[in-house]
Amino acid sequence: MNTTAPAAAGFVTQTRYRKVRDRIVELVLLAAGLVAMLTTVAIVAILLYESSAFFEHVTLREFFTDTLWTPLFADAHYGIMPLVAGTLTTTMVALLVAVPLGTTIAIYLSEFAPNRVRETVKPILELLGAVPTVVYGYFALQFVTPLLQMIIPDLPGFNMLSAGLVIGLMIVPYVSSVSEDAMRAVPRYMREGSFAMGATRLQTALRVVVPGAFSGLAAAFILGISRAVGETMVVAIAAGMQPNLTFDPREPAATITAFIVQVSLGDLPHGSIGYQSIFAAGLVLMTITLIFNVIGFFLTRRFREAY
Amino acid sequence: MMDSTNTVRSAAEGGSATDSRGRLGIAMDDTRKARRIDVKAAVENLNFFYGQNQALKNLSMLIADKQVTALIGPSGCGKSTFLRCFNRMHDLQPDTRYEGSIMLHPENINLISRQVDPIEVRMRIGMVFQKPNPFPKSVFENVAYGLRLRGVNNRVLLAEEVEKALRNAAIWDEVKDRLQDSALALSGGQMQRLCIARALATRPEILLFDEPTSALDPIATARIEELISTLRDQVTVLIVTHNMQQAARVSDYTAFMYLGELIEFDEAAKIFTNPSKKATEDYITGRYG
Repeated sequence: MNTTAPAAAGFVTQTRYRKVRDRIVELVLLAAGLVAMLTTVAIVAILLYESSAFFEHVTLREFFTDTLWTPLFADAHYGIMPLVAGTLTTTMVALLVAVPLGTTIAIYLSEFAPNRVRETVKPILELLGAVPTVVYGYFALQFVTPLLQMIIPDLPGFNMLSAGLVIGLMIVPYVSSVSEDAMRAVPRYMREGSFAMGATRLQTALRVVVPGAFSGLAAAFILGISRAVGETMVVAIAAGMQPNLTFDPREPAATITAFIVQVSLGDLPHGSIGYQSIFAAGLVLMTITLIFNVIGFFLTRRFREAY
Repeated sequence: MMDSTNTVRSAAEGGSATDSRGRLGIAMDDTRKARRIDVKAAVENLNFFYGQNQALKNLSMLIADKQVTALIGPSGCGKSTFLRCFNRMHDLQPDTRYEGSIMLHPENINLISRQVDPIEVRMRIGMVFQKPNPFPKSVFENVAYGLRLRGVNNRVLLAEEVEKALRNAAIWDEVKDRLQDSALALSGGQMQRLCIARALATRPEILLFDEPTSALDPIATARIEELISTLRDQVTVLIVTHNMQQAARVSDYTAFMYLGELIEFDEAAKIFTNPSKKATEDYITGRYG
């Protein structure tokens, strides 16, 4: 009896220490989580606050219907559409490269490649994502554009085609990596079912694995779109900086991101409308990304297969 | 081993698996009794290796045409491995090797020969798996899958064949109004019958069942067993099962395997009432396995 009492007391103190320690760890983890969340909230708040000042001078109607974006000129126009057009065009070109190429690579790696090939190729491919985007920008301007000019002789030195193609190459690893994970998550017994029906590897891949991995593929494409929409350096370097309301990828144009860089680097005084316009542009950029992410979210949910 | 080889050998000499007699749980009418039972496949000295590891040891037996043959035995005895030799599923994994022969009658094609295209084999021998594995497609497209692979694209023909297969698999009434719904929304038992319909749609010569009811509840299990019994008029059935009562209920012939060897192969009635091997008797009476 005498020995049990102190032992029990030690037990209690230990428990209390552990509780306190757990509580501290929990708070630290929570704080870390909050930093990320608060940053997002702060960004949205600043964008909304600064662009509200912008929208006191420019009506929403002008913002969305004016076909000129010339905030830096004496005769200033604030129509966002030329920048949106530039963004969508480069994104579209990028997707036309990244989706077929990324999916094909993913199908090869997941369904055809021997283990050793996959384990070698995948990290190398993911290394592409680690190349600084400014390198891709000069790659587009100095290498891809001259190459394209051999096929399209009157292609301007700055053009959305070259920028879009290079962005496409840049996001291939993202698309292929996420797609491959999705396809590999399709259970083996489903493939076996297809093989047992007399299907070839390719038939199995295209008719069973791809539909089975649809939600993951959708996520991969959305991730690719978000990357392409937000890409800045490549378009700033290779696509030219003149806002241009066109969907023709052979023309030079500015994207939302390229414009923001241009103004941020310039010497516009704080508080001027020109300066505030970058916040309005940023808000539009965020909205576009958000829309795609929401679409992706619902596609993913809609096609999620319960294995 | 000796006894089973003798049975097989005497049957092989007779040119047929054996003639019929009163079979377990099946009322025999005169026409059936008179019917000659042909051999659909002859397994001879089959060895199978995973790398250096021999999983099947010198198996020989006959598979009777349009009858149900069950493979029983404790876990790891090689019965699923044996089943998967028939449609060359092992070819999908590297470093596997077959020896011996499985001759498909009447053409006498050696199913496991390197010269025989495994895809060709799978076109003629269907399989139903342990876990229901419908494809992430509509009910209709699941059943049409094999037909489409074989180049059938005529809508009318497809619709006809799909309906026929679904009826054969006793699931038509449950799905006829939801043919375009995802097959993954069906219940487990329905999924499994859908998988049977999918396999039947291409009119296979042999249908392999790999523990088809081990993931199902008793009621769904009973329906599948009933279905398997009715299938014997159309197709040769080979079924692997853990469940001895199931083997007794559905099979005409039963093979007992242990550690990669065929211990005893005989008519189901004989195996379950009067096995000639001590090991078989021990397993059947639940003394091990």
